[in-house]
Amino acid sequence: MIEALPAEIAKLAGELPERKIGRLERIIGPEFYRIYKGIFRNSLSIAGLSLMTLFIVIAIIAPLICPAPINARGSAFMIAQIPRDGFSSTPRGPGSAWTRTAPPLPFWMTIFGQTKWVHVFGTASGQYDIFYGVIWGTRTAIFVGVIVVGICVIIGILIGSISAYYGGWVDEVLMRITEIFMAFPFIMAALTLSAILSPIIGRGIWAPVIALVVFGWMGYARLIRGDILSVREREYVMAARVVGVKDMRILVRHIIPNAVYPSLVLASMDIGSIVISFAALSFLGIGTEVGYPDWGQLISFARDWIPALSTYWYIVVFPGIALLMFTMGWNLMGDALRDIMDPRMRGRGA
Amino acid sequence: MVNYIIRRLLILPIILIGVTMLIFSMIQFLSPEERSALYVRDIPKNAAMMEDIIKRYGLDQPIYMQYWHWMVGSKDTTGAITGGILRGDFGYSRSGNREISAIIADRFPATVELALYAIIPIVGIGIWLGIAAAVNHNKLIDQVARILSIIGYSFPTFILGLMLLMFFYAQLRWFPIGRLSEWATAIVTQPSYHQYTRLVTVDAILNGRLDILWDAIRHLVLPVVTLSYVSWAVFLRVTRSSMLETLRQDYVVTARAKGLSEKNVVGKHARPNALIPVATLGGLQVAGLLGGVVFTETIFDYPGIGSAAAQAAAQLDVVTVLAFTLLTAFILILANLVVDVLYGFLDPRVRLS
Repeated sequence: MIEALPAEIAKLAGELPERKIGRLERIIGPEFYRIYKGIFRNSLSIAGLSLMTLFIVIAIIAPLICPAPINARGSAFMIAQIPRDGFSSTPRGPGSAWTRTAPPLPFWMTIFGQTKWVHVFGTASGQYDIFYGVIWGTRTAIFVGVIVVGICVIIGILIGSISAYYGGWVDEVLMRITEIFMAFPFIMAALTLSAILSPIIGRGIWAPVIALVVFGWMGYARLIRGDILSVREREYVMAARVVGVKDMRILVRHIIPNAVYPSLVLASMDIGSIVISFAALSFLGIGTEVGYPDWGQLISFARDWIPALSTYWYIVVFPGIALLMFTMGWNLMGDALRDIMDPRMRGRGA
Repeated sequence: MVNYIIRRLLILPIILIGVTMLIFSMIQFLSPEERSALYVRDIPKNAAMMEDIIKRYGLDQPIYMQYWHWMVGSKDTTGAITGGILRGDFGYSRSGNREISAIIADRFPATVELALYAIIPIVGIGIWLGIAAAVNHNKLIDQVARILSIIGYSFPTFILGLMLLMFFYAQLRWFPIGRLSEWATAIVTQPSYHQYTRLVTVDAILNGRLDILWDAIRHLVLPVVTLSYVSWAVFLRVTRSSMLETLRQDYVVTARAKGLSEKNVVGKHARPNALIPVATLGGLQVAGLLGGVVFTETIFDYPGIGSAAAQAAAQLDVVTVLAFTLLTAFILILANLVVDVLYGFLDPRVRLS
């Protein structure tokens, strides 16, 4: 039929600039390619990505930066306690010498010609080494953030899709339940539930993690429900229905994958704030045991020294900056992703 | 409009009942000793005393009866009514060693005062800077506003608070912690000093004590900055993007084309419409403030309900924490209701439907 086209139209079509599809785009698909290009065009999102990468790398190589002490309690994944250098309650400044039971010397200290561990960031009350806490705390932060947000997204997808799929009274009931959970100020509710759970399941990361999940899934459920309701009306869903695809398969194969993008953006922005909330609960003394490598726990040592904080600034500043940078990385990424995903921004260069 | 408000009011009782049921089911997780704090001040010393409490307050009855008694109170053999959150009786705080309702009555005004002062910079700076940033899109003020807001919503309240303490209290000694200095507390607690509102700044003015007013303000500066920063960063962000969106609308272009002054275009045509979505943030902001006071008050040793909740939680005094959670949930529900109704009035699309 091409030959039948009038010559002018064929000529016009020939003049249209043809968009080159690179190898990368072919491999990862147009949607991810757009995201990829959007991220690398914006200096703020590059900053966010770099921060995220930095923290992930630190988390992975934590045992190399700070080798676990010999006979350390804990799992292969996590040391159960920050190594301490004695028991004195007075903090010691950055760079002070490690007086007893120093952990194995890491490789990078030998590069600097050091033969003995020093307290790189100083020690907190109880002589917990702050550098160890900050480095290993990265693992805790990433683990908690990903676990909590991951479970929240799964619950959100379940509740949201059931609600949108069945509609009617099921929808009404589920949405009212969602609203009831949303009626609580998040941090107050999480505080309460962790305080209830920690005597039952023991101190550790799990009480706050469960509490953060229980009061954290509602946003996803509402978002997914709304997106499913809008995706449901699209032509390709209609087409699938016309050719006789089963309802469940339409939902799982066609609707959910297309409705889930906005939730993933929300999820990436949420990791930062979940990690803040977790640290905040630790700061108040609910959740992990004293001495567990986690940023909030470290900062809570500062509460003993409030009138003298200008002397013992390092208890707040190092873990505080770690937490701030971590959150900022995820927020910058989330911001960029939101701009890229925003349908109004589609086709505007990104 | 009327339908919208009626629908909103019909959902309200469902949410309220749901919230109380959720709190009540959390109580079921507690040990009998902990639960007894709902009724008696001291931990029951032996099984016989526990048995007596169970009998007297009907804790052997079916769960829905227990829920009912928890809500409206239960009559014991002497005819006295105990408990009943609707009567304002939340039980005893064992960490605070007195009735929870007394703690709330004592500390709530302090939190209200803190929150009221925090709203001023949140709304003022947030909206003003947001509009200014959008009008001067991509200029210096816009860049500054964006950076401030990104740092703001990444900054955990408790770290900001501690850092401010480090500089302005521990180092410079400019601002004290607590709510009032000792000499001021001594004056305030005298019978000759009338506590009209229990907000120290207002009472100080009403009593004509400017020295106490000044003292109270010095105590409020750091907590207010801490509490408001995160919130105004969010306000700023939403105002800015909403204003940017509005400035692109056809009616704004028309207003410009008619030759109206820029001040007129921004002030009369763009700004009122841009602020409609900002109003919906109100509920979220109240939630943020209610969470924020927990940390702000704890760090600055400010005697409000937030620090009381944090102390109780750290000592695992769950009955007390649950009472505070219930209280804050009620406040939040009320705030959301107000925001929704207000939104109905603000947005012509809702108002006229």
